[in-house]
Order: sequence, then C-alpha cells, then structure tokens
Amino acid sequence: MRPTDLTIAEGLAALERRELSALEWTRACLEAIERLNPRLNAFITVTAEQAIAAARASDARRARGEAGPLEGVPLAIKDLFCTEGVRTTAASRMLEGFVPPYESTVTAQLKRDGAVFLGKANLDEFAMGSSNLTSAFGGVENPWKRADAPELRLVPGGSSGGSAAAVAARLAPGATGTDTGGSIRQPAAFCGIAGIKPTYGRCSRYGIVAFASSLDQAGPFARTVEDCAILLRSMSGHDPKDSTSADRPVPDFRAAVSRGVKGLRIGVPREYRVEGMPAEIEALWRQGLAWLRDAGAEIVEISLPHTRHALPTYYVVAPAEASSNLARYDGVRYGLRVAQQGDHLRALYEATRAEGFGREVQRRILIGTYVLSAGYYDAYYLKAQKVRALIARDFAEAWKTVDAIVTPTAPSAAFAEGEKQDDPVAMYLNDIFTVTANLAGLPGISVPAGLDAKGLPLGLQVIGRPFDEEGVLAVGGAIERAAGFRAAPEVRA
Amino acid sequence: MSYVIEGTTGPWEVVIGLEVHAQVLSRAKLFSGAPTAFGAEPNSQVSFVDAGFPGMLPVINRECVAQAVRTGLGLNAEIHLWSRFDRKNYFYADLPQGYQISQYAYPIVGRGSVEIELSDGTRRKVGITRLHLEQDAGKSLHDQHPTKSFIDLNRSGVALMEIVSEPDMRSPEEAGAYLAKLRQILRYLGTCDGNMEEGSLRADVNVSVRRPGEGFRTRCEVKNVNSIRFVMQAVEAEARRQIEVWEQGGTVEQETRLFDTARGLTRSMRSKEDAHDYRYFPDPDLPPLVLDAAWVEGLRAALPELPDARRARYMRDFGLSAYDAGVLTAEREIADYFEAVAAGRDPKQAANWVMGDLFAALNRTKRDIIDPPVSAADLGALLDLMADGTLSGKLAKEVFEAMVDTGRPPAAIVEERGLRQVTDAGAIEAAVEAVLAANADKVAEYRAGKEKLFGFFVGQVMKAMAGKGNPALVNEALRRRLGRPEV
Repeated sequence: MRPTDLTIAEGLAALERRELSALEWTRACLEAIERLNPRLNAFITVTAEQAIAAARASDARRARGEAGPLEGVPLAIKDLFCTEGVRTTAASRMLEGFVPPYESTVTAQLKRDGAVFLGKANLDEFAMGSSNLTSAFGGVENPWKRADAPELRLVPGGSSGGSAAAVAARLAPGATGTDTGGSIRQPAAFCGIAGIKPTYGRCSRYGIVAFASSLDQAGPFARTVEDCAILLRSMSGHDPKDSTSADRPVPDFRAAVSRGVKGLRIGVPREYRVEGMPAEIEALWRQGLAWLRDAGAEIVEISLPHTRHALPTYYVVAPAEASSNLARYDGVRYGLRVAQQGDHLRALYEATRAEGFGREVQRRILIGTYVLSAGYYDAYYLKAQKVRALIARDFAEAWKTVDAIVTPTAPSAAFAEGEKQDDPVAMYLNDIFTVTANLAGLPGISVPAGLDAKGLPLGLQVIGRPFDEEGVLAVGGAIERAAGFRAAPEVRA
Repeated sequence: MSYVIEGTTGPWEVVIGLEVHAQVLSRAKLFSGAPTAFGAEPNSQVSFVDAGFPGMLPVINRECVAQAVRTGLGLNAEIHLWSRFDRKNYFYADLPQGYQISQYAYPIVGRGSVEIELSDGTRRKVGITRLHLEQDAGKSLHDQHPTKSFIDLNRSGVALMEIVSEPDMRSPEEAGAYLAKLRQILRYLGTCDGNMEEGSLRADVNVSVRRPGEGFRTRCEVKNVNSIRFVMQAVEAEARRQIEVWEQGGTVEQETRLFDTARGLTRSMRSKEDAHDYRYFPDPDLPPLVLDAAWVEGLRAALPELPDARRARYMRDFGLSAYDAGVLTAEREIADYFEAVAAGRDPKQAANWVMGDLFAALNRTKRDIIDPPVSAADLGALLDLMADGTLSGKLAKEVFEAMVDTGRPPAAIVEERGLRQVTDAGAIEAAVEAVLAANADKVAEYRAGKEKLFGFFVGQVMKAMAGKGNPALVNEALRRRLGRPEV
C-alpha cells in the first residue's frame, strides 16, 4: 500500500512494526503536495524542510523507544493556528507576512505527541466562509468531481477547505480545523471525510486566530472516525492560558469508536426537515437512521423548536464578536500597514483595513459593528443571546430523552465555484444544520455516508451531549461501519 | 455651613461626583503575567497578550481581584459574588486589542460609602456607586520625533480600579477631602500606592451647578485631574464657568473637558455628539467572575485596621486629642511607627516625640517614614532611658539628635558621650550647696517669698552639672535645702 493511502491508525501500526518510517510517510505526502497542490491550492505554506527534519527526529525518538501517541504522523495545519517561526496568515492579506513568535496550544500538543507538520492549510479569510473562496490566497479545488460535469471546479466547503481537501486528496492523513458555525463538519461532508468539532472548551483556543470567541473550537479531520478520535485526544485538554477551556479529564476517545449503539436512543429533530432539501439527502438521512436501528439503537423523533432562529442568531453573534476580535488588525504593531508619510492615525486605519480585509470579512465586521451599536444592541445582539439560550435549552430538553441526535451535515453536496457567490444569504444557508451545535457548545461529527446521483459525497452529522465526544464517536463509528464508504475522489495522490 | 457661589443673579450650589482611577498594586497585569513596575524602559513590560497579538487570550489575575475586593470592603461596599467583564470597543494607537476589557454592566463592587471630615470638624458621608476592574491602555508619545508618534505599551493591561462616587459633594473642599480620604484608605489597604504624580491615582470630576433646592442640571466631566489641589481648583473653575453660561441665558451642554492647570480654566475636549459608541458587550474570552463567599470573608478578616477606626482607638485608648490622633493616622506607616514606639510606654509621650522631634528630623533629613533616620525601636529605647531616669528630657533631646546624625541606638550614644544623667545624691547635694552659697542674696529673696526664683536655682544647678543632673533629684534637693518660702 502506498503511504499516502494509509489511515493514521494504519500508519501508526506500520511505523510500530518498522514497515514504514516517518520520513517515508512524510516524503510521500510532500511529493503528493508538490504534485497536486499547484492545482488544489490546499496549502498556503508548505514547510517541506521542517517536515523532513521533524520526520527524522521522530524516527530517532521511535528508535530510542520514546514514541509519542502520534509519533511520525504527518498533518496539515489550518493556517489559523499560530505556529512558532512559521508564517500564519489566516488566509488574509492582513497577515500575509506574519510569523508568530509563539505556538498555539493545540499544535504544541500535537508536536508533543510526535506529529510532523507538512504545512499550513488554506481556509476562508479569518475562517469566514463556507466555500474557501474568500481566501486571499485563492480558492481550494474540491478533489471530487461531479459525474455530469467533470470540468467544473467544485468548492471544498469552508472555512477549513484546505484541510478537508488535503485529507481527501491524500496529501495528508489528517489535519486540524476550526469550527465556528460548521467550518469542520461542512467541508468534511463536501470532501467525503470525517471531521469532529468537540464540545466548546474541550480544545484550547490559545494561539488560534480568533473569529468568534464564544463559538470557535478546534477539531481534527481524517479519513476515518477512528483517526479523528486519535487526533482529538492529542488536541484536547485543559489549558490555563484559555479561560474558557474546560478543566476535565480527556477520555480514550479511540476506544469509544467501536463501542456500538446498542440501547442508545437517537433523536431525529423534526425541525431539520427544511424546505428545498434535496431528496437524496433526505433519503440518506433515513438510511442512516435505519443503519443505527439495525445496530440496536432506538430512533426517537424529537423537537428542537427554536431551530429556525439558529441561523439568524448565529449571523448576529458571530459577526458581533468578529467585529471586536478583528479590531486589533490596525496596521500599528504587526501585519499589513498601508499609509502615506504624514497620514493621520485614522487614515492609517482606513487604508490598512480597506486593503487588508476582503469583502466577506468587511461585510461581517460591518454587520457586527451594526448589531452592537447603541440603539440596535437590544434588538439584535441581546435578542440573539436570548435566542441562543433558548436553543441551548432545546438541546438540554432533548438530552432527557435521547443520547445523540442525527441530522444531515449540510443541505447540499459540494457546489461549484461561482454558484452561490453573489448571494451571501444563500451561502450562509450552508451552515443551517451545523450552527446549532456551535450556539449550544455541543460536540458534533460529520461522517461520510454515501454518494449522491452525481457521485458527490454526502455526510451525516451526529450531535451529542456536552463533553460526550465518546457518544458522538460511537454513533459516528456505527454509521461509518454500516455505510462502508470506500469511494475516493477523482483528484488524489 | 454650605458652600455657595454668588452669581450676578443669585446664589448657586455646586454638585460634584468623582470617578477615580486607581492603579491596582500588584506585581503582574490584570490579564497577562507581564510585570507592572513604573519607570521601566518603554515596551519592556509587554506580553503578547498586552500587545494584542493574534490568538492571545486574557487570563484573570487572582491577586488583582483580591485587591478590588479588599478595596470594596474598605469602602463598606457590597461585594458582588458574580460580576462580568465587557469589552469597550474603540480604536486608538495605544489600545492594542481595539477594545478595553472593563466591567460595564456588572461591576465587582456595588454601593458603599466614605466618611469625610471638613476643616470645621463636620463629618459627612459620600456615597460610592460602584467599583469595577479594567485594563489600562498604553501611552502615545507625540514629542519624540518630528513626524512620528511612538507607542509605549508598558501600561497596556495594567489593572485599574474605577471608583465612582455619588454626586454627593457640594464644595471644592468636600471634593478634595473625599479624594484625600479615598487615597488614604487605598494606601492603608495596600491596594493602590496613591501616587498621583506617577498617575497611579487620577480623577475625572463631574460638576454641575444649580439653584439651592433645585434638581440636578446638566453636568460636565473634567478628565484626568492628577492632584487633590487641582481637583479643588477644577471644581471651582468649572462651576464658575457654568454659572456664567446659565446667567447669560445659555445652556450648559454635556461634554468632556480638560483642566488647564497653568491658566486655572477648563476647556472643551469633546462634546456629547462626538462621544464614542463603545459597543459594550460581554467579553467572550472571559467567563463571568464568580467569587466564593468564604474567600471574600477571609479577605475581610485579614483587612488592616482602617484610618477612622485607628484614629478612634487612639483617642479612646491612648487619650490622644482628635488632632493628634488624626496626624498620627494620616498614613498607615506613621501610625505603625507610632504604635511601635508607644507599645508598653506612655502613648502621649510617644505621640509628642513622633509628631515633634521625629517629624522635624524627617523634614531636616528629607527622608520619609518608610526610611526614617531613627527606627521606631530606637526611639522607643530612648523613651525607656528617660523612664528609668538614665536621661533627662533635655539630655534625651541631645541623644536624639545624635541618633539622627549617626543612626546609632541611644544606649550606645549615652555610653560613648557620657551623657548619663547624674543621680548620685552626693554630687547633686554638692552642686546645690555650691549654687546656694554663691547666690546668698537670691536665697534670701526666695525665702522672703519670691517663689519663682526656684526655677533660677534649678537652672544654676543643672548648669553646674553640665545638664546631667537628674531634674527630680535636683528639685528635691533644692526644696529640702531652701525650705518653704515664707508667705
């Protein structure tokens, strides 16, 4: 088997048996990146030299018997995680040349456990988008092709589009992502791979360029649920440098994947049957529930009555926080500065921010500034916070009767570049099934469950109780086993 | 006795409220581990959090919270066990995050009060509305380069307490007394060093005027006044300006003003229309601040005795006058010094020495009570030497001066200079004998009834003994030898 086809679990086993070295695995990935990244644009920065050096060091550690849990696993890192000494752009011109002098906690933990970083993956600018098209470094091509129109460039989803495309195209066996409204789960679904957003607070946000602080959460991508579990364990844990990180033990997520669903009660929210959802997705959803029933779970219809308010609530809360979080990009201390000699401070701000931020980021900063303004705060921000509490309460009610909730991940398969670009609201609808988990802080996974008639992958989402990633992984694992998803994208190593 | 300004159309009353920014005394900043020392090289005390780098997050400094709670307790205020940090959003070059983390809607400390005393002895309470924690901004330096502004972020993220009073003050004197009292309490608590020159304590002064008996009129805020004297001057200047506006038929507009200390006038900084929309909202990086009631009680139990209580105790237990007790409790360090001297000794005598000789010595040597030329233990030992008769009061003064000059303990000076007072009855008798013999005429006058000559004989004997005669023994010997004057 070629190293690029290995899952993380397989690769770790091969490393353990000395059938593969970290250097071989890393080289295979780097070669695939060299060959395919010019087309896919999944990476903004490739750190080949550092990766080779890290892989050699990893092999040396393994030889000394000091192998960590991720020893020698090559990974793509979403370019929103600050990496010490390696340019971190957030896919924005604003941070085009920014080299952080510090490492994010999540990436530091991955390194601690032996992972090898291949480079920094493309994303929507400041993680704002569902297509990866807002990146200042260009869009990412989804490695999957529509059977009826193989010439079309499809989007990988977003915002973690580069991470998802890299894993799907076998440029890396795993990747990090962040998920504020669906930015892990939707691209995972569009690219036919697995991706989990853990409970808010499970992974430290320290060193991750902030989009919306109360919603942002890091998580892994991989081609299997088990691989996601392996990565998540290294990424998780309490961090005193993040006041919102949860001080609770990190369980053995990997063990949960094969636990099965016998006796579990699976909720199906009736409000998620939205108008205009393709029949294929509806059918796949029913199929997924049937698989779980066959595996011993009980399917229960539930109600999450405030679901229809989730998207507008999200698009008030997230831009509000973003408008404040992005105020620091002002051209004064680091990053882009656009100014003429003799300009006043205000001219420096205006020129820097007009040139440094793309249109979608500017749109969200304006929306966020508006909803926090005097006279509008109560009607928008405060109201949204109240609705957010109601949405969380809907879930809390549901957990009294069910153990997990299963929904489609996204209302469509991957779309083509240009298809939704002129209508921001149509674009925002991509997040309709995913934002609720962010608003309520719940763990959610997307698992590839089948292909649509045009040969594009579709995902199912499992949402669980707070800090019950194990339950989510167990249900996701059961869907994965039943679906037997083996399809691979057109473009791959 | 209320303060009134006579305008051309009648009397005006002044209404004053203060917002005081007090820098929390702590080693580290409010949300980062960076140090807070004053006067360091520019940008040498800045963490990536303070500089607003991408992905950096605030983590609350527990000691700063404790200091705010201690201050709240010292102001007899409610401590809110649940409070919250908000972001105050505005752009400025020395505000790296583009927002200040503050407590807008839910401050850590609620209502309290401070009692002030005026020069005529009247006492009144000034209400405290709230106290909240917030970060300081950095500093813009516009005078370092002809075309550039420089930014120093050393102060960025330093913890401040904003202490807001009720509009309870009615005269410049009351405003000054309130700020002085607040400063005294903060220094007693050790929660702020109160150093106004270094900017550790600064006041925004809200002033309005009204006709006696009226409700409140529009107020103006005079920003960043940095001494007690300037606060009093700013109140008067602003009140007179507003009176003139009203009396000329105008309307006072709500605005922010600055006090020009050189000209003694306030001038407009920005009007209400130009006021920022700060877009306050809860900081999503920080969970609500929840305090444990037992922890607060622990802080309460460990609170030092505050100036009012200490002053009352000095009057009650030591029999000191209100004035003396006030002087001795003005600063915690003075009171501590005094109590160390007074312990086990005569408190009135200790008070006299501290306020008299010690204060004079501090002035003369330009040292302060933190670093006095004579330690409290040495001064106490000097008092002991007087009590046991080793030194007379006069000798003690001489020894004290030598202590100031040399820094040596009194016993050593007494030994070295042979200043021990003479208590040998024989030597005293001999000196008395000699003085009486040399002044036979005066002895006769005394015996004839000129009683006040007694002091003359005492002086002559002491002089003969080079000041070392034990005054009590000299008196006794003289009385015995002179007998009672005939009346």
